[in-house]
Amino acid sequence: MAEMNLIQSLNSCLRGEMKRDDRVVILGEDVGRAGGVFRVTDGLQQEFGEERVLDTPLAESGIIGAAIGMALYGLKPVPEIQFMDFIYPAFDQIVNEAAKMRYRSGGQNTCPLVIRTPYGGGIHGGHYHSQSTEAYFCHTPGLQVLCPSDPYDAKGLLAAAIRGDDPVLFLEPKRLYRAAKAEVPEEPFTIPIGQANVVAEGEDVTVIAWGAMLHTALEAARRAAEEDRIRCEVVDVRSLVPLDEATILASVEKTGRVVIAYEATRTGGFGAEIAAIIAEKAIDRLAAPIVRVAGYDTPFPFALEDEYMPDASRVLSGIRKAAEYE
Amino acid sequence: MPSRAEAELIQVLDAEGRTREKIDGEIPDELLLRMHRMMVLNRAFDARGMNLQRQGRIHFYAPSTGEEAAAVGSALALKASDWIAPTYRSAGVLLTRGMAPKAMADQLYANRADVTKGRQMPVHWASREQRSISISSPIATQIPQAVGVAYAMKLKRDKSAVIAYFGDGGTSEGDFHVAMNFAGVWKVPCVFFCTNNQWAISVPLGKQTASETIAVKAKAYGFEGVRVDGNDILAVHRTTKAALEKARSGGGPTLIEALTYRMGPHSTSDDPRRYREDAEMKKWGERDPIVRFGRYLEGRKLLSREQAEKVEEEERERVRAAMDAAEKEGPPALETLVEDVFAKVPPHLEEQLKAHVEHRKGHPRGSNGSGH
Repeated sequence: MAEMNLIQSLNSCLRGEMKRDDRVVILGEDVGRAGGVFRVTDGLQQEFGEERVLDTPLAESGIIGAAIGMALYGLKPVPEIQFMDFIYPAFDQIVNEAAKMRYRSGGQNTCPLVIRTPYGGGIHGGHYHSQSTEAYFCHTPGLQVLCPSDPYDAKGLLAAAIRGDDPVLFLEPKRLYRAAKAEVPEEPFTIPIGQANVVAEGEDVTVIAWGAMLHTALEAARRAAEEDRIRCEVVDVRSLVPLDEATILASVEKTGRVVIAYEATRTGGFGAEIAAIIAEKAIDRLAAPIVRVAGYDTPFPFALEDEYMPDASRVLSGIRKAAEYE
Repeated sequence: MPSRAEAELIQVLDAEGRTREKIDGEIPDELLLRMHRMMVLNRAFDARGMNLQRQGRIHFYAPSTGEEAAAVGSALALKASDWIAPTYRSAGVLLTRGMAPKAMADQLYANRADVTKGRQMPVHWASREQRSISISSPIATQIPQAVGVAYAMKLKRDKSAVIAYFGDGGTSEGDFHVAMNFAGVWKVPCVFFCTNNQWAISVPLGKQTASETIAVKAKAYGFEGVRVDGNDILAVHRTTKAALEKARSGGGPTLIEALTYRMGPHSTSDDPRRYREDAEMKKWGERDPIVRFGRYLEGRKLLSREQAEKVEEEERERVRAAMDAAEKEGPPALETLVEDVFAKVPPHLEEQLKAHVEHRKGHPRGSNGSGH
């Protein structure tokens, strides 16, 4: 065990997985010699060589397209898209090709690739270094979408993704890269995909979040307990697709009041899907309308970032609204 | 006076099927006869596919009439361990690789025997056995994937190669340029085979690129591009063989432009009379690859006119039997709807299937396929 931040735990994961399986290959812009712009792949090219950790030309559709080919041949590619904001040239390859490869071939071909990408705001990144557009990908059958909130989960989930047989979009909350720390095993381990995590228990309000917002939710829950004596149960989704409905619904069953917090833009955000599922399956238990706390429906602003981002005070208002509804 | 581009076109056979140089013995007789038979099979399969769609027995077909030499000539240069990344117009390639006409027909009929479980519309074949990447409708997506396969081959010291097939239209897509660039930098064993049939639905070559040839585009990516008469099967075969050998021995990628002509429509949903001149079609009809090669074989005393007709009859019958057999198979089982989305069927899909089965009890499918 060692205390690691998110970068270190991801690096540890990649190193361990590359050691145990020589089919694992990393590719992307600046991932090799420079070790990645966030240093997540630091040292890996030195250890495993240029053939297994390669710096690609600047073309996201090529990175993902080539990774798909490698996966079809039998490798386990882990391509990186430098920022989620740059993923769109590869959108066709991800959505129309990788996600559908197994289905359209009748199961003859599999496409086990893991696309790693930093997402999310809070780092003065503006329009093109802050996006949280997981909804586009959750809407695509055949693609798993994972979003850890801490270094321990990140290592376990990334390992599970790499060892799995399905294409995965692995979202890394960039504002937590250095800020989040946890005790993480140095040896390889996995966490099952498709399991949410109740990180704090409470009887009054269920607060659902993922990625960096999980910490915002915890902060809001702490204040709710301290200032209003509202006891929140905080659920870390971790796996958006496949979604752990059972854990979410069990919590709703317990509290009857729900706040879903996500930093992505409100309309069509993945929190809307969770809200629909809860409304479909737990309407009798709900004592209040489902509350969503989300980013505003604007491009991600630079100067007004702190106004855009749903912070702890907005989540707290949402908790109060849910708690006080009669 | 041929244009400069025409003068650089690699040819082995002239228009009458005579060789420009001595090539006897370069290719064994059985292979020559197989070339002919596979082109005939390709044509027969396309003709039957078109016919069945017009009769309403299959929903769709996209023929490769006129392009048989490009498909068969290149495919016969492949080794068993090589891979292919075909397009939806690559029936000739797949048949030559050994995909059974019945299996091809099963996909057209989207029946329960189809290896792809009826998942896609006709002509979107996928066969792992033939080391073929599955086919999608969006253009050129297979090209970067082929480069990835080639990279993996190189990494694993597999002395095999990949052919990425695409048309002239495909060379306009970003994926083509991205893939060519990656292949040049990585120096991978990938042969880029452009079947330039000069039409992308209704858009002619001149509106697709301002470049004098497609072959010259390889220069921008740091490797060789060659232009071959796509209706000369011997030229296609020789050129592809050389490119594959170069690739397998570490020499990197090659772009082959096979100049041919799309004699038929883009698909059964297209009517080329709306945009093409009869004169142009007639001109290219005189360069029929099968007729031309037949003349060569006749000249070599390897295949008489009667024998050629017999081959045509045999392959027509083979295709008919395959299509008839495919037609008799039933549709895929309902459960397959939710299989293969992921490695394991997830709970939400189990739930959706269950709800649908329940729904169907109260609303069985009508005889016209509706649920009313």
